[in-house]
Amino acid sequence: MTIKEKQDELISDFSFMENWMDKYEHIIQLGKELPLIDEKYKTPDHLIKGCQSQVWLHTDMQDGKLIFTADSDAVITKGLVSLMITVFSGQTPKDIAAAEIYFIDAIGLSNHLSPTRSNGLLSMLKQIKLYAIAYEAKSQSQKNGTEL
Amino acid sequence: MQHVPDTTVPAIDVEKIRKDFPLLQEKVYGQPLVYLDNAATTQKPQVVLDTLIEYYTRINSNVHRGVHHLSQEATNAYENSRKTIAGFLNARKPEEIIFTKGTTDGINLIAYAFGRGEIKPGDVVLASAMEHHSNIVPWQMMCEDRGATLQIIPMDDKGELMMDQFSALLTDKVKIVAVTYVSNALGTVNPVRDIIAQAHARNIPVLLDAAQAVQHMPVDVQELDVDFLVFSGHKIYGPTGSGVLYGKEEWLDRLPPYQGGGDMIKTVTFAKTIYNVLPYKFEAGTPDISGAIGLEAAIKYVQQIGVENIQAWEEQLVEYAMQQFQQIDGLRFIGNPRNRSGAISFLIQDIHPYDLGELLDKQGIAIRTGHHCAEPVMDFFCIPGTVRASFAVYTTFEDIDRLVAGIKKAAAMLR
Ligand SMILES: Cc1ncc(COP(=O)(O)O)c(C=O)c1O
Repeated sequence: MTIKEKQDELISDFSFMENWMDKYEHIIQLGKELPLIDEKYKTPDHLIKGCQSQVWLHTDMQDGKLIFTADSDAVITKGLVSLMITVFSGQTPKDIAAAEIYFIDAIGLSNHLSPTRSNGLLSMLKQIKLYAIAYEAKSQSQKNGTEL
Repeated sequence: MQHVPDTTVPAIDVEKIRKDFPLLQEKVYGQPLVYLDNAATTQKPQVVLDTLIEYYTRINSNVHRGVHHLSQEATNAYENSRKTIAGFLNARKPEEIIFTKGTTDGINLIAYAFGRGEIKPGDVVLASAMEHHSNIVPWQMMCEDRGATLQIIPMDDKGELMMDQFSALLTDKVKIVAVTYVSNALGTVNPVRDIIAQAHARNIPVLLDAAQAVQHMPVDVQELDVDFLVFSGHKIYGPTGSGVLYGKEEWLDRLPPYQGGGDMIKTVTFAKTIYNVLPYKFEAGTPDISGAIGLEAAIKYVQQIGVENIQAWEEQLVEYAMQQFQQIDGLRFIGNPRNRSGAISFLIQDIHPYDLGELLDKQGIAIRTGHHCAEPVMDFFCIPGTVRASFAVYTTFEDIDRLVAGIKKAAAMLR
């Protein structure tokens, strides 16, 4: 599935939920399905610090695609991180770098991306994009036969 | 719903009071708002809003400057507010009341002026382990500047100050003691009379951070014999940007000014400026005139209800909330002082406070999560933050019942 298809699928999943508590039940459930980061990567290097909750994020390249693992100390943040990773994991750096993210808004969670929310989600989105851009630049330079 | 005890204070008609606050009639996420973040800021009664509008529609003008009619009216209104506040705190004179932007501004003023006027290298400033950042950082800045040190009165795991340690710390090096009257993070009411008596026995002045006190209990600066006391207008039903510094006249006269500018001067030449008298010496520039007048309306509103009645009402709310909270599985109080006012901080098992806050919000319940601008307190308890419910005159037993039900529901989802 493309990033767009994944986002559309999530939007459709959430569209059946009437109230906030149902949405949050679902988010918490998704948090439990989050591909967890290897404990050895839970280092300050991998920490995305929010004011209130923290997120650890790691990425690996497999067959030209980026695979993300993560964790958070807060259950809801973990669910939100899981949503994000569902969308991005298994995509190419090029697609991730270029992707437009609209599902957060469409689900009604846009306030989680506001800088004042301080749950680290906005920083996480930026970090994912940065990883993608870095990998993309690296593969370009390798194609061109130059060292990064 | 829990049974509501019938021990309510007759002097408080809470339903009538609630009608005075337009924002309490609002709904969030389709549910009636339960507002329990009053330690952060309180809602404003209609009289305060009306006063602001009245000021800008009828008398807006600069103070202390013009001979014209409006300027006189604005000056009168502004100075009347000072008198009302002096009365509210039982200051000897209105000149002992300095308008500030709030608690933070007042502490910065004193830290700066006291530092410049009174502090030498090697001196000590004493604060406590439960201070808000605004009663830590200005002192740290000043100490760094003057080569002085900030020392801390420790607390125990109930969240009470260790008074024997305080006595031991009170050496001749100490030049000022700055402590909070009531802790915003823990709800602890500190033994400020004892603190002031011990400090005064050594001729050391005391500043009280009364940001969480004046709205919850009678505060009489003469009876306390406190040297400086600060609070924020917005936490006592007044406008943001308004605040008060009370200082004993002897002290305010003795300290150098803080900011320079208009209003705080008597004469200015390029060679030398003569400073104005109190209170103007500490009010440089055009002040927040509407804020000061709005604050007067808020204080009159509190006086009309009677701050003793507010205290009695809120004591029952706190007691009821404590009882109800004890029945929540896995709940532990962060701070369990004998003397508590206004706020209860807690955690539930290892549930992250952010998660709980988020799920309470979606049930229309506003509480605060996080470190409450008191990171050293969180470090002391080794926690990332707490969930805090804080009360006001318009808080009801039903609000607490909804909070308790909300916590139970959220905790069940998060476990
Ligand atoms: C005990 C205490 N001190 C100081 C402050 C700072 O008040 P302000 O931000 O209004 O200056 C607060 C506000 O949270 C407080 O609770």
